[in-house]
Amino acid sequence: MTKKIILGALAVAGLSAGAAAAATLDDVKARGNLNCGVTTGLTGFAAPDANGVWEGFDVGVCRAVAAAVFGDPMAVEFTPTTGQTRFTALSSGEIDMLARNTTWTFTRDVDLKFEFTGVNYYDGQGFMVPKALGVSSAKDLDGATVCIQTGTTTELNLADYFRANNISYEPVPIETNAEAQQQYLANACDVYTTDASGLAATRATFENPGDHVVLPEIISKEPLGPLVRHGDSEWGDIVRWTLNALIVAEELGVTSANIDELVAGTNNPEINRLLGTEGELGPMLGLETDWAVNAIKAGGNYGELFEKNIGENTPIGLSRGLNAQWTDGGLLYAPPFR
Amino acid sequence: MSDTHAQTVRFVRQEMMPERAPPIREAGAVKWLRENLFSSWLNAILTLVSLYAVYYILSHVLPWMVFGIWDANSLTECRAVRDELYGENASVACWAVLADRWQQLMFGFYPSEFYWRPVLAVVVFLVALGPILFSGFPRQAIWFSAASPFLMYLLLWGGTIWGPLVVIVGFVIGVVAFQLLAKVAGNIVGGLASIILPILFWLFAAGPLASALAAALPIGLTFVPSDDFGGFMLSFIIGIAGITLSLPLGILLALGRQSDLFIINKVSVAFIEIIRGVPLIVWLFTASLLLNYFLPPGTNFDLMLRVIIMVTFFASAYIAEVVRGGLAALPRGQYEAADALGLDYAKSMRLIILPQALKISIPGIVNTFIGLFKDTTLVVFIGLLDPIGLSNAIRATTDWNGIYWELFVFIGLLFFICCFGMGRYSLWLERKLQTGHR
Repeated sequence: MTKKIILGALAVAGLSAGAAAAATLDDVKARGNLNCGVTTGLTGFAAPDANGVWEGFDVGVCRAVAAAVFGDPMAVEFTPTTGQTRFTALSSGEIDMLARNTTWTFTRDVDLKFEFTGVNYYDGQGFMVPKALGVSSAKDLDGATVCIQTGTTTELNLADYFRANNISYEPVPIETNAEAQQQYLANACDVYTTDASGLAATRATFENPGDHVVLPEIISKEPLGPLVRHGDSEWGDIVRWTLNALIVAEELGVTSANIDELVAGTNNPEINRLLGTEGELGPMLGLETDWAVNAIKAGGNYGELFEKNIGENTPIGLSRGLNAQWTDGGLLYAPPFR
Repeated sequence: MSDTHAQTVRFVRQEMMPERAPPIREAGAVKWLRENLFSSWLNAILTLVSLYAVYYILSHVLPWMVFGIWDANSLTECRAVRDELYGENASVACWAVLADRWQQLMFGFYPSEFYWRPVLAVVVFLVALGPILFSGFPRQAIWFSAASPFLMYLLLWGGTIWGPLVVIVGFVIGVVAFQLLAKVAGNIVGGLASIILPILFWLFAAGPLASALAAALPIGLTFVPSDDFGGFMLSFIIGIAGITLSLPLGILLALGRQSDLFIINKVSVAFIEIIRGVPLIVWLFTASLLLNYFLPPGTNFDLMLRVIIMVTFFASAYIAEVVRGGLAALPRGQYEAADALGLDYAKSMRLIILPQALKISIPGIVNTFIGLFKDTTLVVFIGLLDPIGLSNAIRATTDWNGIYWELFVFIGLLFFICCFGMGRYSLWLERKLQTGHR
């Protein structure tokens, strides 16, 4: 609670600072690169490779925005942020946008004065147990010891879920995901709970992934998305519509492979508007007409980004699930480009 | 005489017995073992138990380390190689992560074509340390040590050569002002001028002068921003900067705390107590989070610089107390003797009090330095990628997710080498300065 008040106070202070420095786009253009906040490392979402180049699903969003603004996906300075520093970094103007698997919640949007510009991954909290335990549902977990990261929303969700189902559990508090993996493998706890994407990534690293199962229950909604400061809607629009462009590109079948052909002109007016061969959508954002072309070329459309970083062919092996297009029964539904 | 005993005793030895080896129980390794390991039944049992414990640990750790796999591109590959070589589920290290990422652990995201620069900076640092730490060097070498911080800055960050040079000019202005004014107007005016004039110079003249010179004669190295610094390089820079800056500041604070001047005394006490009374992690959060709000928007005050300042303040508060202990340990007579010789305050401190007080304080000072160096790993909590932070980042890649001990062993080893080295130096210095007061 105290923490929330402090964060709130900081955010209010940050708003006044942010308002004074409006027109983020001009600042970004003058600087020549985008400052994007990412995690200090989360498998599949953001991590530096051996050459120090950041890669991942969240990183892909940053690169798309940089490409939309500059035409160069590498014009990004990545600022690693922790759970504590991420919001102040954004509200103080140290970073222009935050793409750090951050859950869109009411208080963060309203009280902390941020603007979530969409959802790039629909996550939810799940449970992983050893197969040997013979558990097939989270409701069978009465009396289990649960490894859980302290100070996160997962801790609160867990308490809510077990109370609602009237079963008891014993928490084993841990600090980081790495610690959790060790504790879980050492049988210090029966169950490990965190976001389902994190569970999948963790399970993929085990020696014998087949000995562990992720239970079917998903006990919370965790819509993760990029966010910007309140007070500069034009900049928020750029981030929002860049993400939408990636999503709609998948829906329309525009990929980084065929985009060069499609730019020549197609019979589909929406593709034409998206790619800037028809209409003036780019200049309305204050960008070039080929902004979306650059954004899509940066790492591919939404589906390509997903497959490359966290999809079924990667060690993490996440299926699309909720993150499929609305036409395929998922939740991705980008507003029309018109 | 000689035949006295010849009649009474049957045999008399006429010559010396040849020397014989001592009994096996009383010499060499056996004696040492008997005295140190098996002197009683209880000790014998304890020895055997300890030997077994040592064997047990080594028999697990050594094969794990020695048979470790160096050649693989990911943890999965490592496990495949291991299964092939040693069979399923054998316990061996996967050192391949170090082979793959050691440059990142050392230099962070520093551009790889410029790795020679931090390496050269380390060489400059070691050479500069010589005249300070050891007495065998020629006297003039100290000038190289004085210039080395600027040289190291230039090597690490790059940019135009004129920036550091203009800063040096500021120091020269200070020295010249003191020399000129102290003769004309006395020490106090000279001292004040030697502080105020350089600050005015740095604030108002240095920037334009440096950029004008840089425009006229663009000599320099490619600029590398602090964001690219990471790994051990980051720990070293924060640690070394903190150590070198906190010692003089700490000594000043200790003297301030002993001072009779009301304001200086109370300011020193307040500084020491406030800085020391709050955990370092809080100061780091202050540096990274709160300062952003107090500074005018748009100012980009380097995060690393903020961290160095906070670490320096923190360490100097501790150093001040350690030095104060040394000052308090000196007999009153030393102060009185200095006064009796007619020395002024500065001279009595420089020539009589501080050399003795600092000698007493060496173990405490080095202890604080070692603590400071290890505390640099706390910056991981404010999102700087020091070795610990990088180990998390490395684990976050799909290649190396799930690897722990190998990284921590490597990080621990490097920190141990540095801290052990500092500890040994302090012991050596204590022995060298031993003048037999005890």
